[in-house]
Amino acid sequence: MNALVQLLGVSKTFGDAPAVHTIDLSVGRGKTMVLIGPSGCGKSTLLRLIIGLLESDSGEIRFDGTQLRADNIDFVRRRVGYVIQEGGLFPHLTARGNILLMARHLGRGQNEMLARLGDLCGLTRFPENLLGRYPLELSGGQRQRVSLMRALMLSPELLLLDEPLGALDPLVRAALQKDLKEIFARLQQTALLVTHDLAEAAYLGDEIVLMNEGRIVQQGSLVDLRERPANNFVSDFINAQQSLTVI
Amino acid sequence: MRLLPFSCVLPFLIFISGFLYAEPVVIGSKKFTESYVLGEIAKRRLSDAGFSADHRQGMGGTIILWEALRTGQIDVYPEYTGTIAQEILKRSEPLTFEQAANELRKAGIGMTEPLGFNNTYALVMRRNRANALGVRTISDLQKHPELKIGLTHEFLDRQDGWRPLAQQYQLNPRSVLGIDHALGYAALNNGSVDVKDAYSTDAKISENNLVVLEDDQRFFPQYQAVFLFRFALSEEAVTALRKLEGTIDEERMTRLNAEAERTKNYTRAASLYFEPEAASALGGRVRSTSAFGEDFPHKLARWTVRHLELAGFSLLLSIVVGVPLGIWASRGRAIGHAILGFTGVVQTIPSLALLALLVPLPFFGISVRTAIAALFLYGLLPIVRNTATGLQDIPRGLRESAVALGLSARASLWQIYLPMASRSILGGIKTSAVINVGTATLAALIGAGGLGEPILSGLNLNDHATILQGAIPAAILALLVQWFFDLLDRILIPKGLRL
Repeated sequence: MNALVQLLGVSKTFGDAPAVHTIDLSVGRGKTMVLIGPSGCGKSTLLRLIIGLLESDSGEIRFDGTQLRADNIDFVRRRVGYVIQEGGLFPHLTARGNILLMARHLGRGQNEMLARLGDLCGLTRFPENLLGRYPLELSGGQRQRVSLMRALMLSPELLLLDEPLGALDPLVRAALQKDLKEIFARLQQTALLVTHDLAEAAYLGDEIVLMNEGRIVQQGSLVDLRERPANNFVSDFINAQQSLTVI
Repeated sequence: MRLLPFSCVLPFLIFISGFLYAEPVVIGSKKFTESYVLGEIAKRRLSDAGFSADHRQGMGGTIILWEALRTGQIDVYPEYTGTIAQEILKRSEPLTFEQAANELRKAGIGMTEPLGFNNTYALVMRRNRANALGVRTISDLQKHPELKIGLTHEFLDRQDGWRPLAQQYQLNPRSVLGIDHALGYAALNNGSVDVKDAYSTDAKISENNLVVLEDDQRFFPQYQAVFLFRFALSEEAVTALRKLEGTIDEERMTRLNAEAERTKNYTRAASLYFEPEAASALGGRVRSTSAFGEDFPHKLARWTVRHLELAGFSLLLSIVVGVPLGIWASRGRAIGHAILGFTGVVQTIPSLALLALLVPLPFFGISVRTAIAALFLYGLLPIVRNTATGLQDIPRGLRESAVALGLSARASLWQIYLPMASRSILGGIKTSAVINVGTATLAALIGAGGLGEPILSGLNLNDHATILQGAIPAAILALLVQWFFDLLDRILIPKGLRL
């Protein structure tokens, strides 16, 4: 078993509504896994549990074989990159300031940081002359590229992306989907991506995990889901998205 | 963290009091012209005898002055025998001079012989109004319950004041209201009140063409002016003070009062007392006028500097204590609500009441410390609240991004949260600063100086020009402070937040 992240019987309840329910999941190294499902199905909650923004009520989460605990979570966080829908960039820092924030905090050398910054700009196709701009001076697509660079700065073993392209207009979104796929391939990056868009899931993911009401309904490729749906929900979900695509 | 607010306040207050507070003979006076003038006369007498003397003008009413004397915050102040018996010793029966002196001795306080005049309370009316109604004595008021009575708050509450007076004379007027002494004269003049209390040596009586209603049932006790002093005061100083005994009769006092009100200069009025004597004793030695009174620019500079000291130190304290409290409160929970609740409640206490509450406390009393402490408390709420809301308003996604990056709590606070909340925090500091500059005018009520000094004496003299001498600079100061902080915004708020 060569999983980077393992969830074993993980449950989380908000009030009396279970958000995720006894989830078992393994994220393999070098693979891109996509979590998909309707709003409120618990896919974002799963990401937030892995990065320690939430604490599970029961079950355990292992990162690289080590169980997540309060005393090792900060160490794990530095080995994980996290990108959210609105980018999560700090408005008082420039693009450069945002990307280098953590490296500076850890006291990395100036030359090492600048070299890495140059590489990342190339990788994410972000113009270096815009690095001095503040987030409010950048477009939505540029902001997500900066956010991605910030997440990749410390060469994380795992990248968590929570609907990273959800707020972008279709053209920008298509360009970024293409770039993301390239980046994942080039870096052999282990990634866990949340989306509600089946086409995006199929395009980016090596494996699709379909969730509903806090549980995993089916796991496999798009072909598996389409040809051998586990139940009516799976076929309904796929048909709904495909009928939209046809229009 | 828990101890931070308190461990910050104390050294600061001690530090501040250390250099705003010298140690000469401190003379206090009550908040009316005659008391100011007597205070100045005592100051001059002590200075002439070689003592360094400091006069804190118009500190308040009897109880404030008495407490200040008893606790050693002042050494000397002018008082009246009737007040001593009724208000200080709380006797309902009249006391002889010796009885009063014996009682005071038990409290460690000495009393000079009478200075020579009896300044008793009196009820006054406008002369033409009194003539028209045929009112000549206090008993005559029985027949005119429609007359509006406007009395000082002190007279309303005194044991020898309005209530027993009304009882003895069986007065039952329809309207009795409390009004500031100086404003009361204006109210008399424009007819919004018909009768008010006054002192029998009050220069306003002849100035405003008022009549004193005859005390036909001999209600008012004797109010012989004396100086009260602490036994701790040196013998030489007491000897110098005693030279004033029996030297001021009613006529002389009324003249000095009139001079003080005419020239708005208590020092100069007091100097009139010394002139004949000084001329003979010093062989006509020439004195420069500046020995008697500062010129306006110097006074203005002194007021303004003190005003800025008061507002500045208290603001500094509010920031040092308020920002950490705000950070603490931003975490929500019971303690956060408690902090915001406490600072909110402080804000609802009227400033005058807050000063009055602090004055009896051992560490504070009648001092600059008290003024700074009160201003500090007032300045707290805007800073605490703005810090807390500024931090709470940071979007969840950004807060979680900082956590997810693995930044330590300390680094997150300094590098992310505080810069992002800087606009709100600075806004709170700005509000506090402007409030402090405005509220600091009240510091003059407890003798802490500042631009409230001319406002207070102007109010006392019913002189608008003097009020404006304090009010206009205070308003300009508030505008300058506002402007200064707008400038500071541009320097301190990160550029990325100002786009």
